Amino acid sequence: MAQQVGFFTDVTLCIGCKACEVACKEWNGLPNNPLEFRGSYDNTGQLDHANWRHVRFVEEPTKNPDKPIAWSMMSDVCKHCANASCLEVCPTDAIVRTEFDTVFIQQDVCNGCRDCIAACPYGVIGFNSNTGTAQKCTFCYDRLQNNLKPACATACPTQSIKFGPLDEMRQTAAKRLDTLHAQGMSEARIYGDKEYGGLHALFLLTDKPETYSLPSTESAVLPSRNNIPGYLTATITAVFAALAGLIAFRRRGESKP
Amino acid sequence: MPNEHFVVPPHWEWYILLYFFFAGISGGAFVIGTMLRLWGHPTDAAASRLAFIISFPLLLICPIFLILDLGQPVRFWHMLVDSSSGTPVFKAYSPMSLGVWGLTLFGLFSFVMFLAAVGEGGYLRWRVLADAGGLVNSVLGKAFMVIGAIFGLFVAAYTGVLLAVSNQPVWSDTWTLGGLFLASGLSGAAASILLLSHRRREAAVTDGKLMEADRYFIVLELVLIVLFLITLGGLVSKVLGGGWIILWLVVLIGTLVPLVAEWRPRLVRQLPPVLVPVLVLVGVLALRAVIIFSAQA
Repeated sequence: MAQQVGFFTDVTLCIGCKACEVACKEWNGLPNNPLEFRGSYDNTGQLDHANWRHVRFVEEPTKNPDKPIAWSMMSDVCKHCANASCLEVCPTDAIVRTEFDTVFIQQDVCNGCRDCIAACPYGVIGFNSNTGTAQKCTFCYDRLQNNLKPACATACPTQSIKFGPLDEMRQTAAKRLDTLHAQGMSEARIYGDKEYGGLHALFLLTDKPETYSLPSTESAVLPSRNNIPGYLTATITAVFAALAGLIAFRRRGESKP
Repeated sequence: MPNEHFVVPPHWEWYILLYFFFAGISGGAFVIGTMLRLWGHPTDAAASRLAFIISFPLLLICPIFLILDLGQPVRFWHMLVDSSSGTPVFKAYSPMSLGVWGLTLFGLFSFVMFLAAVGEGGYLRWRVLADAGGLVNSVLGKAFMVIGAIFGLFVAAYTGVLLAVSNQPVWSDTWTLGGLFLASGLSGAAASILLLSHRRREAAVTDGKLMEADRYFIVLELVLIVLFLITLGGLVSKVLGGGWIILWLVVLIGTLVPLVAEWRPRLVRQLPPVLVPVLVLVGVLALRAVIIFSAQA
């Protein structure tokens, strides 16, 4: 297996230039977004089949009358979870783990059932109605195979998106967190070292995960958690139904033609 | 407390709704046919045959809806076979994978019992079918039916578990859906048999027993609906709010009216014979519709 790779996205360095979005679209041949005003500089809206990077503009009200809105920008992407919900439910094995430990949807295998879309807790995967398949960030698999950095990390002008071996990214994230804590940013935290067995896209956040539309560590649970309770309830119901059938259908000698 | 996820809906809509509806009735009809054969009076055999004759054609419709819902319908077989290695694809913890295999195997049992019922009932006078019909009452035949009924229960129930094994709000926040879909599928199956037995005197002798069974299935369904709403906690407004309350009213009419009517046979005589089973079936469809659509709205 090749070396495990990872992203480390530092929201304190993101300036919202969207160079990552453009580079991603350009390299992967993704279509443009329709022109529409969403009431924010965030005119991408969400990750989907045509947007594999999304610079999220988090606008939070403050108590400072001179600066009533605080902005925080985060370049969001597929997290390539170690325990991936999408990979867990995929019934065709179209979603696989690559030699770089990233999560990849094989476009020639996917049949567009959309179970992965129902499972992804980050809303990363989108359905492409032109190809009839589910699509998401490939971690620039073709570039990785040729020893190139993913397009987004290459284009990022502020080094907000860093790319490298996963262990190295974790160390970089930990050091940066120490620095910010030393500077008094007590709210700074790393997201992705515990969730879903460890993410391949780590984030340095300056607020709680939900602010950035990321589930908390407690909410980062796999779909398979519901298998046993679901089937158990069905089995108990089946027992009651069989009992009902036994009572209703039993021979009582009263049924005459 | 429900988990907070930031998901997008999979846009499972009409095809999936119809699949869930017909799969529930098909599986439920096979189970009722088996129970009538195992525990019923010999005169209940006609209703049992009717149940098996309903089960298979309804099951045949199911893959059509499933395939039409796919983005790449011609790749439907990727659910069963690995397209590169040719080996079977089976993931026990993925209800969709398990369900496709369950549906395929149930198809085998449903098809054989359909032929046996046609043969036993003399609808087609082929020697092979007559022999198959004769096997129904043997120990082997009953064992075959019981195994088929287990698959029938699975097909009627797993669709609820499939919704739950996700990270979608509502669906993944309750453990009740597998049981709820099973109970309502059985109720819909009893109603379907009742709907067709009215015109067949030999099957109509079992109508009283079917109505009694349907009452129990409806009670089970109502208990599970209450548990479903309780388990949703704060998310309950997502399924009850807005226009969804209209569908819940249809569900209530499709459960409470048949319950009262079947408990008081005098009332049944005053109503057109097809009305009660039709109300049940509309309620079964509305229940699935409100659960599928409200969570994705």
